[in-house]
Amino acid sequence: MEYKVKVGLEMHCEISETNTKVFSSARNSYSVVPNENIRPVDMAFPGILPVVNKEAVRMSLMASMVLNCKQPKYMYFERKNYYYPDLPKGYQLTQNPPEDTVGMMGYVDFEVNGEEKRVRIDNIHLEEDAASLDHLYDVSTIDYNRAGVPLLELVTMPDISSADEAVAFLEHMRSVYQYLGISEADSKKGQIRCDVNISIMDESLEDIPQNWGTKVEIKNVNSFGGVRDAIIYEVKRQTKAKENGTYDTEIEQETRRWDEESGTTIRMRSKVDAIDYKYFVEPNIPRFKLSDEWLEDIRKSIPELAYDRKKRYMNDYGLSEYDSNILVKEKKISDFFEETIKLGADPKEACNWVNGMILSYLNYHLLTIDEIYITPEMLRDLIKLIDDKTISSKQAKDVFAKVLEEKKEPREIVKDEGMMQITDESSIEGIVDEVIAENPQVVESYDPANPKALDYFIGQVMKKTRGKANPTIAYNMMKEKLDNLKK
Amino acid sequence: MKYMNKSIEKLHELLKSGEVTSKELIEESLKLSHEVEEKYNAFVTILDDAKEVEVTDNLLSGIPCGIKDNYSTKGVLSTGSSNTLKDYVPFFDATAYAKLKEAGAVMVNKTAMDEFGMGGTGTTCHTGTVLNPWDKTRMCAGSSSGSACAVAAGVYPYATGSDTGDSIRKPAAYCGIVGYKPTYGMISRYGLFPFASSLDHLGVLTRNVKDAAIVVDEMKGIDKNDMTTWDSSKINLKKSLTGEVKGKKLCYIKELCDINEYPNASKELKEHLENFFKAVELAKEIGMEVEEVSVDRTLLNASASVYVVISCAEATSNMSNLTGIIFGPRSKGFDNWIDMVKDYRTKGFSSLIKRRFVIGSYVLQSQNQERYFRNAQRVRRLLVDAWKDLFKKYDGVILPVGVGPAKHIDGDKDMLTNDLATVALDEHLQIGNYGGFPSITIPDGFIDGLPVALNITGNCYDDENVLNIAYALENALGFKDQIAKEGE
Repeated sequence: MEYKVKVGLEMHCEISETNTKVFSSARNSYSVVPNENIRPVDMAFPGILPVVNKEAVRMSLMASMVLNCKQPKYMYFERKNYYYPDLPKGYQLTQNPPEDTVGMMGYVDFEVNGEEKRVRIDNIHLEEDAASLDHLYDVSTIDYNRAGVPLLELVTMPDISSADEAVAFLEHMRSVYQYLGISEADSKKGQIRCDVNISIMDESLEDIPQNWGTKVEIKNVNSFGGVRDAIIYEVKRQTKAKENGTYDTEIEQETRRWDEESGTTIRMRSKVDAIDYKYFVEPNIPRFKLSDEWLEDIRKSIPELAYDRKKRYMNDYGLSEYDSNILVKEKKISDFFEETIKLGADPKEACNWVNGMILSYLNYHLLTIDEIYITPEMLRDLIKLIDDKTISSKQAKDVFAKVLEEKKEPREIVKDEGMMQITDESSIEGIVDEVIAENPQVVESYDPANPKALDYFIGQVMKKTRGKANPTIAYNMMKEKLDNLKK
Repeated sequence: MKYMNKSIEKLHELLKSGEVTSKELIEESLKLSHEVEEKYNAFVTILDDAKEVEVTDNLLSGIPCGIKDNYSTKGVLSTGSSNTLKDYVPFFDATAYAKLKEAGAVMVNKTAMDEFGMGGTGTTCHTGTVLNPWDKTRMCAGSSSGSACAVAAGVYPYATGSDTGDSIRKPAAYCGIVGYKPTYGMISRYGLFPFASSLDHLGVLTRNVKDAAIVVDEMKGIDKNDMTTWDSSKINLKKSLTGEVKGKKLCYIKELCDINEYPNASKELKEHLENFFKAVELAKEIGMEVEEVSVDRTLLNASASVYVVISCAEATSNMSNLTGIIFGPRSKGFDNWIDMVKDYRTKGFSSLIKRRFVIGSYVLQSQNQERYFRNAQRVRRLLVDAWKDLFKKYDGVILPVGVGPAKHIDGDKDMLTNDLATVALDEHLQIGNYGGFPSITIPDGFIDGLPVALNITGNCYDDENVLNIAYALENALGFKDQIAKEGE
């Protein structure tokens, strides 16, 4: 029998772009040095009080708008009470639907393998992150840098029907967060974490809640690849139970965790043992009204997102959809590209450089664009050096490699390496004549109907000039001279 | 005692004229602190190394004071009178204390209190029971027990307090002094160990209304660390004390004040109410109108339960940071954190507090929350609305505090007529916390040589008016600047 897969995602994304934490004046910045960015609030010393970071609220409202959610009239927070060593106050400040959250009941459209897909959003809410724990051999350490970092939790309806869709959704959302300037959304820094809810149902049944299967929640999946693998694994497990007739006994409403090493999900607790978080409204934060003017200002400030950028690249710059898609996938790459154009580079050439040399360099060395030496200015210069025929495209590739290797400006390298192209026609003519004179047999066999034969002569010119002769000038001149000889 | 029985203004005058130095005041206050500690057990810490400060034009400069032990004081032990924080030394000041320090106030001791403010007797401090300086067999009430005891005993003109149900205003009554908590958010709560955040207020205990005004003028102010604070810079409490109250209107509540409401009234309660009505007559004599009003008895009777539910719920969450992991004496010898935290909390908290945590957890559980916690919040709203209705017509509600003078420490609680009516009278001050109303207790007489008091509560932000009424009435009553005299 065929089964329909129903997946709902809870995507946590740290807001990394505020100056300070969400309820504390400590710096909001990723740091490898433990306990560097902390204030008394982050360690819950007696008498501390939360102070809401308005910028974090503004950013989350912006996300709420992009997700077509309804914004609340009033903003307030709730305490989620539980004990854990990574939770200094013994409660987490969060928002708890059906109480008001920054965003309620929206939807998001995105592409999966070229097809448009819509997923409904149950809610998006703003909360604080916990500290991070490290379990060593016989001791555990607590790093409070992360405690209080603003965190957006996005909860979808179970509208996702495959691992591919789930990953496409997450990639889309990562792009949204990056383009909104809310978060780097870097899973390597632990900024994105997911919980995945999975159930399967008989395909023949009507898709209404009472026909849905038993929901299994998988906690703490920390990479998109993990989400894909966890869904595939869990669907297999549940399908097998259906086929073996053990579904009703084996699959129960429970919380499992994804074990990266074994590639399996492991039971944590049954729904029956669910924790009662004893939610109540945080009394230290007065409810505050979100004015229509402020909401309108936020709406107006929403920047161009990836989809719109892509359309613009295709329409205004005449780039292909394929190239445009690659350019906009990472906001930083797209920003680099735009900056290069703004500085005067030709869009098509810039695109070829970014999507070609630069991306392959980044992928090969596992780097991000802000970790390499080349800047939009340098790329603009490099392109200009080709355009004004100072260097050839082939030379440009060498210059590019040397820029990264020697951390020097392109012009400097061209100068130091004596790469200046020979564009002076009389100099080139002299060399062309030399080559013709030195190769009488080849000239003899030259057939103007087969221009391929010219390659040998150009090769000789390049050899004599150590590659510096402008190839176009050399080619035209050589062809003209040989053709004349053959007339 | 040469100076410490005097008012703040008088001391300032003496300091300014050079008749006495800050150093001499501190020495006297410290000496008295040790005597009072010996006799009544009022302090957690006495700061023998307290340094004199420069006397400026600020009325508080150079004058000693006491700070309740749930105020964070940088570099000075702050325990909240709990074993869970018995060695805790904060590295930052509570905003309110920082402001006093800035004004030149000199802290000479940290006063004992019911553990984390969660009691009303002064018997649950980790340093032992605080005794009433008028009669050592009686309690000071709480939770600002040590502050009330010390001010009444004349250790200094004022000590800070905190008030979640009546924790400033009840001890003030039992000790024959003034206790004032201003409107919610007028004084920052940053650095105050929380009990129930939506009810917690800071305030002061003094021996006269003007001193209370002077101190709170310094403590108040908007604070970027406390979102519930508001800008009170236009309010000047001291200046508002004109004594002019002609045409002011007060009301008292029949259901709480009429002796006929208490069929089993004790002799003390009868005298207490008679005494209260004498004060009411005085209020009329100085030009105020005082009227009797009626409030739904069911509502009044519900107040005490509302308090238990809301305060315990917030407290159990507020004190979840006390795990011994980051601060406090961490439990040793456990191989997992759960047992470690359990051991710390089991050993550190007194049984009264644990009982409150159980209640708080129970009323917040999802299956109980609607029935208890949310209903309590609704009744809280009804009570606040009832009082706000009164404030439309009246400048304040005037009521007796408690059911008589200070209770015996060893007295079996069940000996008291424990009917709902008496409980409502004993606990009505909580309504001032529900609404965040400014509320002040002043002494209004004696029963068998023990002080009793009345309370005036007004509308939010109307502190100047409330204090001025109390000031005028205090002058008419004449029970001001009282120093406790044992056995008289």
